[in-house]
Amino acid sequence: MSHIPLPNLEVGRYAAFVWPAYALSALALLWMLADSLLRARRWRREAEAGPQAAPVASTDPTAQ
Amino acid sequence: MIPGTKFLANPARFMAVSRWLAPVLGALAAVLLAVGLWLGMAVPDDYQQGATVRIMFVHLPAAFMSMIVYALLAIASFLGLVFRHALADAAAKSAAPLGAAFTALALITGSLWGRPMWGTWWVWDARLTSELVLLLIYLGYMALHAALDDETKAARAAAILALVGLANLPVIHFSVTWWNSLHQGESIFVKGGPKLSAVYLWPLGIMFLAYLALFGSLWLVRIRGEVWRKRAGARAMARAMA
Repeated sequence: MSHIPLPNLEVGRYAAFVWPAYALSALALLWMLADSLLRARRWRREAEAGPQAAPVASTDPTAQ
Repeated sequence: MIPGTKFLANPARFMAVSRWLAPVLGALAAVLLAVGLWLGMAVPDDYQQGATVRIMFVHLPAAFMSMIVYALLAIASFLGLVFRHALADAAAKSAAPLGAAFTALALITGSLWGRPMWGTWWVWDARLTSELVLLLIYLGYMALHAALDDETKAARAAAILALVGLANLPVIHFSVTWWNSLHQGESIFVKGGPKLSAVYLWPLGIMFLAYLALFGSLWLVRIRGEVWRKRAGARAMARAMA
């Protein structure tokens, strides 16, 4: 049977350096993910809202 | 037209391909991140660096990505500037915030690794300074894009800045060879193979692929967002003219 290495979370006196490095990396990657998805979703919604809005504005005589 | 860049010239084809490719790359990144983190946490302490060696698995991929993303940004800028590919400017603009985040991450995690190993958070040596210059170029690129109202002029000016900034990449890469530095010398891409033990090399390679897949996925998502933004702008303009 092949050997699967088990994680060891003990970093001793270097905890103040190792864990912030991982935490900040996680935060940065999550920010990249959230910002990219939210930005794309926002513009998709605006782009898709366009075709419905345009005919109404152009055919409705009361529309300003 | 340069072969292999056709997809940048056809937004419809790009949108069709990126629709399934972005989630596939995202899922691949999640799996690779999980495996890389697991293996990275299972490595033995280094005989000199102790447990701080684990910072390598988040620092090095971020540092590699900071340069790879910049090279891609410069290639897209070149294609936009010379061949006027429809999506090239969007690709370059979309890469910049991701590249800046990877660069900031490389600087911060490097500082967190440097403090216990070198006894200082920061030193103005060639590697660290040129990486900081890369971050400033990314920020300058984004600021230039945002500063001009005319998008075509903004893309053109930012593309020229991106191509000028390309000169910084070899400086970053060879800085530890050309000058004396606290930063360790080249240990991965060296003649005769990597100097790193396989027990560290595997998690590092997997984490690098995870970062690369994540970037690929998010880059596609951001370019898609740019395409939708332009469509929304065009429709708003059409409504205003009607």
